[in-house]
Amino acid sequence: MKPVGPGAGAASSTPASAGGAAKAVAKGAAKVPAPRSALFRSTAFRLTLLYMGVFAIFAAFALGYVAWNARSLIEEQIRQTIDAEITGLSEQFRQGGIRRLVTVIEQRARGPGASLYLVTTPFGERLAGNVEQVPVGLLDRAGESEIPFSRNGEEQPAARPAVAIVRVYLLPAGFRVLVGRDASERDRLRAVVRRAGGWSLGVVLVLGVLGGFVIARRILKRVDAMSATTLSIMSSDLKDRLPLAGNGDELDRLAGNLNTMLDRITVLMGGIRQVSDTIAHDLKTPLTRLRNRAEEALRPTATPEDMRRALEGVTDDADNLIRVFNALLMIARLEAGQAREVMAPFDASAAAEGVAELYEALAEEAGASFTCAIAPGITAHGNRELVGQALSNMIDNALKYGSPAAGGAPTITFGLARDGANVVFSVSDHGPGIPPDQHSRALERFGRLDSSRSQPGFGLGLSLVRAVAQIHDGTLDLKDNAPGLSVVLSIPAARASGEPDGR
Amino acid sequence: MRLLIIEDDSDSATYLVKAFREEGHVADHAADGLTGYAMAEGGGYDVLVVDRMLPRMDGLSLIRSLRAQNDTTPVLILSALGQVDDRVKGLRAGGDDYLPKPYAFSELLARVEVLSRRRAAAASAEPTHYKVADLELDRLTRKVTRAGEDIALQPREFRLLEYLMRNAGQVVTRTMLLENVWDYHFDPQTNVIDVHVSRLRAKLDKGQAVPLLQTVRGAGYSLRVEAR
Repeated sequence: MKPVGPGAGAASSTPASAGGAAKAVAKGAAKVPAPRSALFRSTAFRLTLLYMGVFAIFAAFALGYVAWNARSLIEEQIRQTIDAEITGLSEQFRQGGIRRLVTVIEQRARGPGASLYLVTTPFGERLAGNVEQVPVGLLDRAGESEIPFSRNGEEQPAARPAVAIVRVYLLPAGFRVLVGRDASERDRLRAVVRRAGGWSLGVVLVLGVLGGFVIARRILKRVDAMSATTLSIMSSDLKDRLPLAGNGDELDRLAGNLNTMLDRITVLMGGIRQVSDTIAHDLKTPLTRLRNRAEEALRPTATPEDMRRALEGVTDDADNLIRVFNALLMIARLEAGQAREVMAPFDASAAAEGVAELYEALAEEAGASFTCAIAPGITAHGNRELVGQALSNMIDNALKYGSPAAGGAPTITFGLARDGANVVFSVSDHGPGIPPDQHSRALERFGRLDSSRSQPGFGLGLSLVRAVAQIHDGTLDLKDNAPGLSVVLSIPAARASGEPDGR
Repeated sequence: MRLLIIEDDSDSATYLVKAFREEGHVADHAADGLTGYAMAEGGGYDVLVVDRMLPRMDGLSLIRSLRAQNDTTPVLILSALGQVDDRVKGLRAGGDDYLPKPYAFSELLARVEVLSRRRAAAASAEPTHYKVADLELDRLTRKVTRAGEDIALQPREFRLLEYLMRNAGQVVTRTMLLENVWDYHFDPQTNVIDVHVSRLRAKLDKGQAVPLLQTVRGAGYSLRVEAR
């Protein structure tokens, strides 16, 4: 299923997205039932359920605590009343004997909302009181208990008998007194709490579902808009990007990262496409030449000397092709980030001197002016071999393409300097240079400018330098040398041993 | 020179064995790592040519195992992985030289010959004085003379000549020179080395009847009196 459902209405929030995205979202708007299942499967909804559950548990706990406290309070009050009555009745008995006690109880029992009373002989015969009947054996032992009861003359409700807290007290001479209080107040409280619990649970559920629904919809809407846009980007040519809300929240950051990823994918895909195109095109030429030479050698009229020359040519051509493939492989491996483990501090000044010394003779032979400005004692962090290769390519490039437009030999300046935390190598010439709009093309694999097509070479030199810059976390810049070209390779300087690790 | 080629690709192995035999060397072949290890352990080889990727025991393990047994036979590693990190790994495992595939046989031959010679020379101390015909080089005084006359050399030219004289009679390739004189392993893409060699040649052989610094076609250079 395409996750387009809850994207309904997202079209308004994605004005920047291209037509394809908007269309996909608009399609989703027609499918109203779709959000349901998506909603229940959504993370936001599950979170809401979890929160709701936790909230309900807390609410129940709080309510239960209050109810338990209230109940204890009520029971405590009842017990105190009973204690007071028993004390009073004991006093009456002490002063006036059983007769007085019976009289007092009969008086008290008649009052409205009176307590429960029962006085019996040691043998359980009833003397006075307003309690109809008590469970068998209750009066035999002193102590507190809860019993169902009914007052004299009151109908006993069948379903729920009233409950009373009673205390049995043994008087001297074996008379028994039962004093109790109606506990229905306590039971009413329980009912109130239960009702309140039910209501609050209901409210929690309703609010939780509503809140969850709203939150889930809001997030889902954006996520689904993102999915829809991503989908349309994938199905098209990767040119579109996800719209950013601009508030920098998690989803915005996600969209930003996805966009960066798309950028990188586009670059890599472009690289692959371009390389396969140019491999096909540029390598065809030397391969054809190689084939022609081989055919030449096979001609029936070929003399052994011809054959030998042809085979030598074939070997040279093959060597050149191998060289190209080696360079391509090296670029690919550098771009893939391999060879990172061979990074170490190295003497950049010595490396530059070495390469300069290597090329000075060649430059002189070509009649070029080759000036070095290499600062001493600079240590860089990286791989000397790779940097050496890069410098060699840079100088080689200047020697090949740095001749002034007016004619004559190139004038090349090779420099090394420390610039803050970076070590900067530069090779400048006063040749025709490269127009700024063609700089990026010049750095591509096989990215030869039309003006240099007539010259030998494969256009891999600078892209190898760029790959070397990349693996060093450095940069490669092409600058206008007015006139001419300045190629600037910048890589991190070695950290002094005392400095903390990290930049 | 007796050498053992440990290479699983039978085509290239056959080609190598044949080519080395044509050059007058004794070449044996092992098609996998374990067999190669057993044969190398038997000893008697001057140089081992080891492919990195081998069945049953990879090339680097093989070299490490040999080195663990104090076997110091020079090893040249052949590898389709020709990158900087691979070279470092190979040399760290105990290899003496490293040649990425595809390679020219002339390059391999030159390197193997230098390795075997170096082994023979390692027994005795490195001489302080080299002499080829009437060309003499003193490593201590850093003085070079030809037929008794001083030749003034730049420091790098001195190192170039020193390397050529140490391997006098042998073919040294351009990449060998770049590696040993400039300590770089990259492909310079142009004839940078040729320029340095021709400058050195101009200083050495100028006005001399017998040229000493020879160009070996399709391979490199050699310092020797050309046999006629």
